[in-house]
Amino acid sequence: MKDKKFSLKQKSNLKVLASLTVAWTTSQALVTFGSKLFWPESTVIIIATILLNIGLGIGLILANRKYLIEGDELDKKIAIESMSLALGLSIVVGLAYSSASQANLIPFDADISHLVIFTGISILASIGISRKRYL
Amino acid sequence: MKNIIREIRTEKGLRQEDLGEQIGVSRQTINAIEKGKFDPSLSTAFKLSKELGLKIEELFQFEENGPK
Repeated sequence: MKDKKFSLKQKSNLKVLASLTVAWTTSQALVTFGSKLFWPESTVIIIATILLNIGLGIGLILANRKYLIEGDELDKKIAIESMSLALGLSIVVGLAYSSASQANLIPFDADISHLVIFTGISILASIGISRKRYL
Repeated sequence: MKNIIREIRTEKGLRQEDLGEQIGVSRQTINAIEKGKFDPSLSTAFKLSKELGLKIEELFQFEENGPK
């Protein structure tokens, strides 16, 4: 039935995206902590977990793309606005943060994970603001 | 853009969810369009027009300073 296809497809795409997000996050934890705590000596296992992490990451990117392409048009608008804001903020703040670190203006080393956390928070905040604006 | 989608939809006894399913958008999108917070794409406007049995220009009224 044509009528039910849209919401069912959206739910199915969202389920795939959610599953891959959990899998990729778990694999990231496995790469980070496994190489330190469980198999610090085994290069083969470390490479295997990194390859698994990359594979799941590519799957996650493709699932996110599919979700947006086949998704609702208001969701697309909100996602585009949020991603453009988060990307701009990450570049501007990331470079300023790096410059501050190189000039020894901050008491610790600039780490890529700080930028990832900042990007995540930016995108969540912009999605929240956009949803409030349109919904 | 101003529109009379809510009036026509309720006249036809349709819920936002039903109309959304019929034209392939979410209930939230129908709600945002009805409130004039979101201007739909041309293809969605045509689908709305077809589903509600009115011409696009009868459903929507262009406003110079509407949402972007």
